[in-house]
Amino acid sequence: MSDASATQNGPVLAADGTPLKRSLARALRRQKMRALMLIAPLLLFILVSFILPIGDMLYRSVDNKIVQNILPRTVVALADWDSTSGELPSEAVYTALAADMKEAAAAKEHTKVGVRLNYEKPGVASAFRKAGRRAKKFDLEAGGPWKEAFLKIDKKWGDTEVWRTIQTYSPPVTAGYFLNAVDMRVGVDGAEMRPERERIYMALLKRTLWMSLLITGSCILLAYPVAWLLANLPMRSANMLMILVLLPFWTSLLVRTSAWKILLQQQGVINDLLVWVGLVPDDARLQIINNQFGTIVAMTHILLPFMILPMYSVMQTINPSYLRAAKSLGATNWTAFWRVYFPQTVPGIGAGSILVFILAIGYYITPALVGGTKGTFISNQIAFHISTSLNWGLAAALGAILLVVVLVLYWAYDKIVGIDNVKLG
Amino acid sequence: MSLPTYATTGQRIWYYTFRVLCGLIFFFLIAPIAVVIPLSFNAQDFFTFTPEMLRLDPDGFSLKHYRDFFGNPDWQQALGNSVKIAPVATIISVSLGTLAAIGLSQPHVPARRAIMAILISPMIVPLIISAAGMYFFYSKIGLSGTYWGVVLAHAALGIPFVIITVTATLVGFDHSLTRAAANMGADPVTTFFKVQMPLILPGVISGGLFAFITSFDEVVVVIFVGSAKQQTLPWQMFTGLREQISPTILAVATILVVISIALLATVELLRRRSERLRGMSPG
Repeated sequence: MSDASATQNGPVLAADGTPLKRSLARALRRQKMRALMLIAPLLLFILVSFILPIGDMLYRSVDNKIVQNILPRTVVALADWDSTSGELPSEAVYTALAADMKEAAAAKEHTKVGVRLNYEKPGVASAFRKAGRRAKKFDLEAGGPWKEAFLKIDKKWGDTEVWRTIQTYSPPVTAGYFLNAVDMRVGVDGAEMRPERERIYMALLKRTLWMSLLITGSCILLAYPVAWLLANLPMRSANMLMILVLLPFWTSLLVRTSAWKILLQQQGVINDLLVWVGLVPDDARLQIINNQFGTIVAMTHILLPFMILPMYSVMQTINPSYLRAAKSLGATNWTAFWRVYFPQTVPGIGAGSILVFILAIGYYITPALVGGTKGTFISNQIAFHISTSLNWGLAAALGAILLVVVLVLYWAYDKIVGIDNVKLG
Repeated sequence: MSLPTYATTGQRIWYYTFRVLCGLIFFFLIAPIAVVIPLSFNAQDFFTFTPEMLRLDPDGFSLKHYRDFFGNPDWQQALGNSVKIAPVATIISVSLGTLAAIGLSQPHVPARRAIMAILISPMIVPLIISAAGMYFFYSKIGLSGTYWGVVLAHAALGIPFVIITVTATLVGFDHSLTRAAANMGADPVTTFFKVQMPLILPGVISGGLFAFITSFDEVVVVIFVGSAKQQTLPWQMFTGLREQISPTILAVATILVVISIALLATVELLRRRSERLRGMSPG
C-alpha cells in the first residue's frame, strides 16, 4: 500500500528510479537513434553518389565564372560602360582586354571564353580566336592604341553588341542558360524571345510532353482490359498470364528496343508481312521507324507493364458484388461499369499514369534508336549538348527544367499513392 | 468468370470479343521479344525471316551469330565488363539497402517520408539527368572513366529496388520474434542473422536480383561515366544499333532474354515462398 501512496504524491517512477516519462522519452530517443544509425550509411552513400552530382549539375546551369576568371581586368573596366549610349567602350577597356588576352592566350584559354560567349552572340568565338592569335605578341608597354589594334584584328571588336554581350555575361551567375533553354535571350531591354527560326527548345519540350501523354494514353487503353482480365480470372490462370506481363518487364530495355528496330524496319518483319498479305505494295513500304510513330509504339510496349501492375493491384481489391448489386438494381452493363466499377479503378489509373508519364518524359535510349529526328525527346538534346556541342551549361539548364517537371509529378505521386506502395511484380 | 449458361447472345459476343482483344494485347507484349529468338538462328545476315526459314529448311538456320558473339573479342570484353560490374554494384546496394530498410521499418523513424523520398529518387529521376550529374561530378573527383565510378553509379541506381522489395517483406514481419530472441539472451547481431535474416531473405534476394538486372541492363549512365575500358554489353548493343547494325545483336538479345526468364522465374518462386512463410497466401 505504501507504493500506491508514493505514486499519488510524486511522478510515476521506472524500475531504476527515474521518472517514467523521462525514461520512456529516453527509450524512444534511443530507438530513433538506432533507426537513423541503420539508415545513415545508405543515406550518406546516396547523398554523395547521387544527390551531390545532381546538385552540382544544377549549379552548372547558372555558373558563369569563366568570363570573370579569364577576362578579370576587362570585366572591371567594362562595368561603367553604358551599353545604351551606342558608343564603343573607352580606350581603357581595350587596354584591359589586351592585357587579359595576352595572359589568356599564353594559357590557351581565350577560345574557351570565346566559345562561351558565342552561345549568346554567334560570331564572337572567331573574334576571340583571331585576337588570341595576335595577343601573344602584344607589347603591353609600347603597343597601342589598343582600340585601333583590336578593330584591325576583327571588325567585331567595333560592334557594341559584342561588348554588350561581354558586359551582360560578366557576373559569376547567369540566367542566360535558362533563358536559352526556353528560347529567350538577354536583349537591350532585358529578357526577350529569340527570333522565330532559333526557337527549338520550347517546341521540343512541348513535343516531349505531348508524346509522353500519347504514350500514357495508349498504355491506359491497352492496360485496362488486361488488368481487368487478370484481376477476375482464377488465381492459377491469372498467375500464368501474369508471367506474360512480367517477362517484358524483366527483359533488357536494349533487347526490346532492338526488337522494335528490327520489326519496324522497311525490310523488317511487319513490312514483309503487310506486303505478303497484300495490304501494302512492295515499292511503297511503310515508313514506321525513325519517326514519332516508331517512338510511340516502342515506348508504349516498354512502359505497358508499369501501367498494368498498379491497375491490377487496385482491381484485385474491388469486390465483384458491387457490380452484381448494381445490375440487380436495374443498371445496364454500361451503367454498372461506368458508374460503379470504373470510379473504383481511378486510383490505379492515376498511379499507373503518373508512373508511366514520369518514366516516359525522361526516356533517352528508345527515342535515340527508333525516333529518328522527329521522334526524339528533350533527353536526347541534353545528351547532344553534353557529348557533342559541349554546351554543358545549356544541358544543365534543360536538365533542371526536366527535373522540375519530374519532381512535381513525383511529389504528386507520393501524395496520391505514397512511394511506399510502389510494387515491383 | 466463365460465361453463365443463361448469357444472352450479346453477352456471348462481348465475352469472346473481349477475350480476343486481351489476347491481342498479350500478343503485343510478347511477340516483339519472341520474334528475336528464331531470327537469331538466321543463316543469312538479314533481320527478317528468309524463305528457307519459313519452309523450316535446316539450311536456313545456323548458329553463326552465336559463334560470332563468342568469337568476337569486342563482344567478349563487353560481356566480361558486364559480369565484373553488375555483381559488385549489387553487393553494395543490397548490403546498404537492407540495413536501411530495416532501419526504415522501425516503429519510430524521424522524417521517414523525406528519407524514403530521397532513397527512391534514383529510380524516378530521368537517367539522362543522373548520367549528366555523375559525369560532371565524378570527373571532378577523379572517378570518371574508372571501374569504381561505374560501380558506384550503378549501386546508387539499384538501391531503390532493394529498399522497395525489402521494406515490403518487412511489413509482415513480426517484431515479437526479435524481442523473443533478445529475451533469450541473443545479442542484436545474432538476432539479426539467426532470426530476422532468414525470414526476410526472399525479399533481400529478389531486391538483389532487381539491382543486378538494373546494373546489367543499364546503358545511359555507363556511357557517360565509363570509358571505353568499361564498355558493357548494353553499351556495345547500343553502339551496334546506332552505327552499323549487325545480326550478332540478335544472338546477344536472345541470350539476354534467357537470362531474364531465369531471373523472373527465381523472383516469382521467392515471392511465393515469402508469402507462404508469412502466411499471406495459402498456396
